[in-house]
Amino acid sequence: MQPVRVLLAKVGLDGHDRGVKVVARTLRDAGMDVVYTGLHRTPEEVVNAAVQEDVDVLGVSLLSGVQLTVFPKIFKLLEEKGASDMIVIAGGVMPDEDVVELKKMGVREVLLQDTPPDYIVSTLNRLVQERGPR
Amino acid sequence: MDDMTDRGARAQDQVEAIRAEVRDWETNEVANFLRKQKERKDEFFTLGDIPVRRTYTAADLAETPPEDIGLPGRYPFTRGPYPTMYRSRNWTMRQIAGFGTGEDTNVRFKYLIAQGQTGISTDFDMPTLMGYDSDHAMSEGEVGREGVAIDTLADMEALFDGIDLENISVSMTINPSAWILLAMYIALAEKRGYDLNKLSGTVQADILKEYMAQKEYIFPVEPSVRIVRDCITYCAKTMKRYNPINISGYHISEAGSSPLHEAAFTLANLIVYVEEVLKTGMTVDEFSPRLAFFFVCQADFFEEVAKFRALRRCYAKIMKERFGAKNPESMRLRFHCQTAAASLTKPQYMVNVVRTSFQAMAAVLGGCQSLHTNGYDEAFAIPTEDAMRMALRTQQVIAEESNVTQVVDPLGGSYYVESLTTEYEKRIFDILKEVEERGGTLKMIQDGWFQRHIADFAYETALRKQSGEKPVIGVNRFVDDTPDPKIHTHPYDQTTADRQVARTQRVRRERDAAKYDLLMERLVETAKDPQQNMMPVTIELVREGATMGEIVERLKAIWGTYREVPVF
Repeated sequence: MQPVRVLLAKVGLDGHDRGVKVVARTLRDAGMDVVYTGLHRTPEEVVNAAVQEDVDVLGVSLLSGVQLTVFPKIFKLLEEKGASDMIVIAGGVMPDEDVVELKKMGVREVLLQDTPPDYIVSTLNRLVQERGPR
Repeated sequence: MDDMTDRGARAQDQVEAIRAEVRDWETNEVANFLRKQKERKDEFFTLGDIPVRRTYTAADLAETPPEDIGLPGRYPFTRGPYPTMYRSRNWTMRQIAGFGTGEDTNVRFKYLIAQGQTGISTDFDMPTLMGYDSDHAMSEGEVGREGVAIDTLADMEALFDGIDLENISVSMTINPSAWILLAMYIALAEKRGYDLNKLSGTVQADILKEYMAQKEYIFPVEPSVRIVRDCITYCAKTMKRYNPINISGYHISEAGSSPLHEAAFTLANLIVYVEEVLKTGMTVDEFSPRLAFFFVCQADFFEEVAKFRALRRCYAKIMKERFGAKNPESMRLRFHCQTAAASLTKPQYMVNVVRTSFQAMAAVLGGCQSLHTNGYDEAFAIPTEDAMRMALRTQQVIAEESNVTQVVDPLGGSYYVESLTTEYEKRIFDILKEVEERGGTLKMIQDGWFQRHIADFAYETALRKQSGEKPVIGVNRFVDDTPDPKIHTHPYDQTTADRQVARTQRVRRERDAAKYDLLMERLVETAKDPQQNMMPVTIELVREGATMGEIVERLKAIWGTYREVPVF
């Protein structure tokens, strides 16, 4: 079986990368193919990279509070690129109402400060399995 | 001499006698008790992974030379930077605040002052921190969201409207663009006719920990360090009471490091800054008295107290022995402290008040000079007024009701705390030695060595929380499925960006374009000559209505930008 392919990205201006790096390492240790874009990326850069790398999962981390500005852009760009089947997850510190909003928008999972590593791995595996082969 | 030798021998005998008694106790009382009831774990460690023993005795205390413990306000300042500490004046209660425009944050400042806060601390929004104006494309959605938006001197005037800056100290948490904000602060003070030598406060301006941890950087390392140098030398000459830098471990810790690495990496950065300023020909005693520090206070109570005490001792020794400081004021470490935001939880969020209280108590017993206590809602968003009042009240209870302020360094002489303080000192100096042997701090930043250590400890912490080895109440222990009471988080005012951008554009329209162009040319010339100081021309520029983003963009064209290779 092909390993799950994941692109992790930081969008916006904040430099809080503790969480995204813990997630990157967790997924890598679980045998997934992980690309991390580094900081301060635009939605365009992130979506282009995700499509180019042909990943199963796109994970976007931000702790600057702009989740409700960034994610609609990401979904729109994915649609434009014909990649609407890409699994999108979010990570960061945010109010509960925003978590609900993101899920309505199509974000499949929101990883918060205390989400355990094993849960992250099992959730991604499940989401990829549910989606089925591409 | 014989008398001294005699006394030394007697002390040695006493230590041997205590050790013998401890061995006896281990074989009898302890062994008998363990047969009935085991200890919870085979080995115990501090949160920072330092092994701790069952108990400590006078024999352990004897391993620290008495002169290393000393007295408060006297070298090596282990017991505090001042002889009377909180008996004279409590620490400054300095809650950080910032959101929306200058006017919006000004209201919060005045509220906190009315509630008994004794210092001001300013949080800037991400565009300001990263050097973008509010109308730059990169700023979309972020204007005034996580802090206050400042583009021009006009914003700064609104921020401090009606606040007497000669009578309250102001801290500004800003780094790569710090010198521009400092220039605005100076321009504002001059406009109001203040005596610059009466202004007290701090600008963070610690760029090296940005490359290591917080990741708010704009320019490459070399020009960035030069800007820090310029802030320090400028303030040493013109603002006698102002701290031109806040050398910070806080963000290193929040990015995931152990308390030991927080302490050691911060002092590694200190050494770079001191060396840079010395190259300008200033003597160490001309600027060191105004160097200030900023540390986190984590959850391991005694470890944090020991960390602060060890930091003061290490700093004193570095300044005296390595840099040859003569003035005791150059050797006494003063620090701001903030409780650990990363320790806060969403589930059962009111427990955050309890966590913060213990951390604040450790900060006070560790001898901090100013303190920010976190809001119970900071695992959700930036804090509300209500959360900040509770946080301030926490400090006020410690200061007014607990009586811990009556005696200076009340944990001084504790067998455990003194042993751990000395252990910290030893380990900090070991790390500093390793950094030098590997080629120095700047090289190790480029190599990602610090970043690697921080990421490793962050990852281990995540695994330890998962396994339960690191208990977190409400998360992996005493989980309660009953929903928490609904929390009201700080709302974002959607009109912020429009209000902010309107003012920035008005300032651009109304300024004298010819003067602006001329000064921008001077900025470029100054930037190209590393011997010159960036402060004077920047002060003139902001006075004439230049925006922060314009200054930064012009300099990016000369100095370039920094991009890191992520380490994980």
